[in-house]
Amino acid sequence: MIYDLIVVGGGPAGLAAALSAWEAGLRRILILERDRELGGILNQCIHNGFGLHYFQEELTGPEYAGRFVRLLRETDIQVLSDAMVLNIGDGDVLRVQTVDPIMGCRELSTRTVILAMGCRERTRGAIGTPGNRPAGILTAGAAQRYLNIEGCLVGRRAVILGSGDIGLIMARRMTLEGAKVLACLEVMPYSGGLTRNLVQCLEDFGIPLYLSHTVTEIQGRNRLERVLAARVDENRRPVPGTEIAFDCDTLLLSVGLIPENELTRQAGIEIDRRTGGPVVWENMETSKRGVFACGNVVHVHDLVDFVTMESRRAGAAAARYVLEGPAAGEEGALELSNGEGVSYTVPQRIHKVNGNARQNEKAEIFFRVNRVCGKSQILVEDGEGNRLAAFRRERMAPGEMERMTLPAALLERAAGGRLTVSVREEKGADVQ
Amino acid sequence: MQSIGDCICFTLFLLITPKEEPKLYDVLIIGCGIVGAAAAWELSRYRLRTIVLEEKNDVAAGTTKANSAILHAGYDPPPGTLMARLNVEGSRMAEALCAALDVPYRKTGSLVLAFSREERALLEELLRRGERNCVPGLELLDREALSRREPGVSPQALCALYAPTAAIVSPWEYALALAETAVRNGTELRLNSGVTALEPLPQGGWRVTAGSAAYESRFVLNAAGVQGERIHGLAAPASFHIRPSRGQYYLLDKSQGNQVSHVVFQCPGPKGKGVLVAPTVHGNLLVGPNAEEISDGEDTAVTAAGLEQVAAMAARSVPGISLRECIRSFAGVRAQAERFDGVDDFIIQEAAPGFFDLAGIKSPGLTAAPAAARYAAGLLREAGLSLEEKPDFISSRRRIRFKDLSMEERNALIRQDPSYGRVICRCETVTEGEILAALRGPIPPCSIDGVKRRCGAGLGRCQGGFCGPRVLELLARERGIPPEQVLQEQEGSVVLAGGRI
Repeated sequence: MIYDLIVVGGGPAGLAAALSAWEAGLRRILILERDRELGGILNQCIHNGFGLHYFQEELTGPEYAGRFVRLLRETDIQVLSDAMVLNIGDGDVLRVQTVDPIMGCRELSTRTVILAMGCRERTRGAIGTPGNRPAGILTAGAAQRYLNIEGCLVGRRAVILGSGDIGLIMARRMTLEGAKVLACLEVMPYSGGLTRNLVQCLEDFGIPLYLSHTVTEIQGRNRLERVLAARVDENRRPVPGTEIAFDCDTLLLSVGLIPENELTRQAGIEIDRRTGGPVVWENMETSKRGVFACGNVVHVHDLVDFVTMESRRAGAAAARYVLEGPAAGEEGALELSNGEGVSYTVPQRIHKVNGNARQNEKAEIFFRVNRVCGKSQILVEDGEGNRLAAFRRERMAPGEMERMTLPAALLERAAGGRLTVSVREEKGADVQ
Repeated sequence: MQSIGDCICFTLFLLITPKEEPKLYDVLIIGCGIVGAAAAWELSRYRLRTIVLEEKNDVAAGTTKANSAILHAGYDPPPGTLMARLNVEGSRMAEALCAALDVPYRKTGSLVLAFSREERALLEELLRRGERNCVPGLELLDREALSRREPGVSPQALCALYAPTAAIVSPWEYALALAETAVRNGTELRLNSGVTALEPLPQGGWRVTAGSAAYESRFVLNAAGVQGERIHGLAAPASFHIRPSRGQYYLLDKSQGNQVSHVVFQCPGPKGKGVLVAPTVHGNLLVGPNAEEISDGEDTAVTAAGLEQVAAMAARSVPGISLRECIRSFAGVRAQAERFDGVDDFIIQEAAPGFFDLAGIKSPGLTAAPAAARYAAGLLREAGLSLEEKPDFISSRRRIRFKDLSMEERNALIRQDPSYGRVICRCETVTEGEILAALRGPIPPCSIDGVKRRCGAGLGRCQGGFCGPRVLELLARERGIPPEQVLQEQEGSVVLAGGRI
């Protein structure tokens, strides 16, 4: 038996991708999920705010996942949970080595694979916080799992390091469960989270946000007892004399997410250093034929709604690959690069429009800015320096993903094999 | 009649509940780091009643779990010292021992880099020392031979001393394997048993108090590491100080694991062997340590200054390493000794009748441990302990490493026990079956870190972010305790301090 599509990961990306491939006509589809249940990280995100863009409704994480799981039940898409993919190999078709308690270790054959493994949290090791290593220092996501899935609170007095969205959400969540959240510290001069979370999770609960601050020392031998924090200068070095002590038993880290691409790397797929994820075409195909990727494994998204949209594109493209053959137009493709003010773009490549027109009616581009910008213009230029498009934005921040759609007509005009996306702030723009 | 009845009752009483007379052991070992574990293993091959008391809640929980994880070739210690002899002997024993006990071991060889003419002279000195210590295969490599052998080292390095017998090892698994094997051979082990008093017995031997328990033993071995001076002081007049020396490290992601294929040292200085860059048996890259004298032997904090120092020195050896790939920084404390007689050597001696020190076992202590244990057993024999070999000594140990099995082996295993088909630690591919085997092993762990040391769950790049909750659940279930009592590491390190909601 050869599958048409194997989806690695049954979180929001994998679910949307599998469903869209089914809608596009694929029938032999298998989702491999390493956890016990479908839904991925959404299962522990019991707060609301999901689905505003995609469903025009406000849902909780489990509700959002539940909608897709219900749709899935109406299809013949197979699901294997408790299954871990160990590697992806080549042959005349793709081979996926997987292990689970019932079927054991097997190699499955498939025409296409969609990588949807999501991301993981950066840990203390990655940021090198000095001091002791007691219990009570957890990533915000781990604490969230203990609280929302296992029903246990990791501590009673907490400091949050990093103002990523999970940290902000956990500040509110722990407060609601009776813990005291003393502060949220952010090393950058701006927050890494969504504005709505800053308001709803910190401001509404009177939790102070210390921008340009970091933890300088962790104290406590067995369980955390105290953290020292300090203001940092423009080089992110602590400024002596600005120390603040927080007596607390918990330090939650919300210091960034890393796309989880060990499988991708091992399969020899090209990785973009800027995103930490695979380099993808506008149809979400990776550098390896027949292997697509979507969701946080490609780049860390701010909203699950965008994960869904991107993943639907990947699923549809995998279906086309099986039903109509590989996309043409690699020759004369456009490379996307980030110019001034932009930290990355996804996709990184766009097939030549005439090569395979049906795939390229338009290209959806996601990107992030690398600093807080006031009133600005997003500029799209081609390889010969011609400006192809300009979009206005009132305000942009690194914590929020930006999105734009480039129509086929515009892509056709692009010369020099390259598109550069940059941001130009308007004079006198207020950066608040 | 009544008096006879009373008498019978009294006799029966005596028979049923005899007076709490402590059992007499032949040997009592204080401390179960690599040195205590090696001693326990060595003695467990003989018909002896041996007991090990460990202050912490697990074996290998002090210096043994936080060091450079290197088995040194032996060119560094001054010729003629016990350190030199036991280093070379321990290095020779390690390969077969690790194979028998299923301890991850890889003979990578080591390089000491010289960056100046003075350092080159030092290498020549090390070479001469190594030859006198009978270290096999030492070779001075010129610039060209060096870059052929190890392309990752700095082009500033002029030459290097190559020692083919140096190896890397999993230090905690080495100690665990030795301790587990001893336990399987009948050695008793008491955890959470910090020794507070030692009293000589009138008939010879010692009464050892650990908390509310007391033990009597003909011989006592002090393998207490950083606590070695304190334990020695309970039995004998002071003859050395332990000057704890802290070393800080970076552990880098596997993406950096191939930066070097040898252990890369810089020239040793008075404070130790300097900062090294080395692959680990788990596939990561280890960078460190610095050396700082500290007053509290339990102070394993890392500092910004210490880590910066390590980073700067490491970049000098291997400029390509990316410290952004750090998954954990940690510090360990070496039991550096200052002997009153001024000699720079291990302290392995009978300090009081029947009381033996195995103290000041700093680097190359991990390497020397099994040889030091054998040496100590010899001292015990000379002191009158009869060492009669057990015919049924269990000399090997195996543990299942799912990751290393072939597909056929994996499936045979999963058919037998489906829990081997459930991957819990995704970074290191550790299955539920392996975690359960660790929890049911000869020395069951009582903490999440104890599970990590036994089967590798949580050792990887997410540092237990994903598998931590699953391991915690299994630990609680297997030990029959509520989740909010599960420890991260030592007593008091509960993970879920906020309790249930």
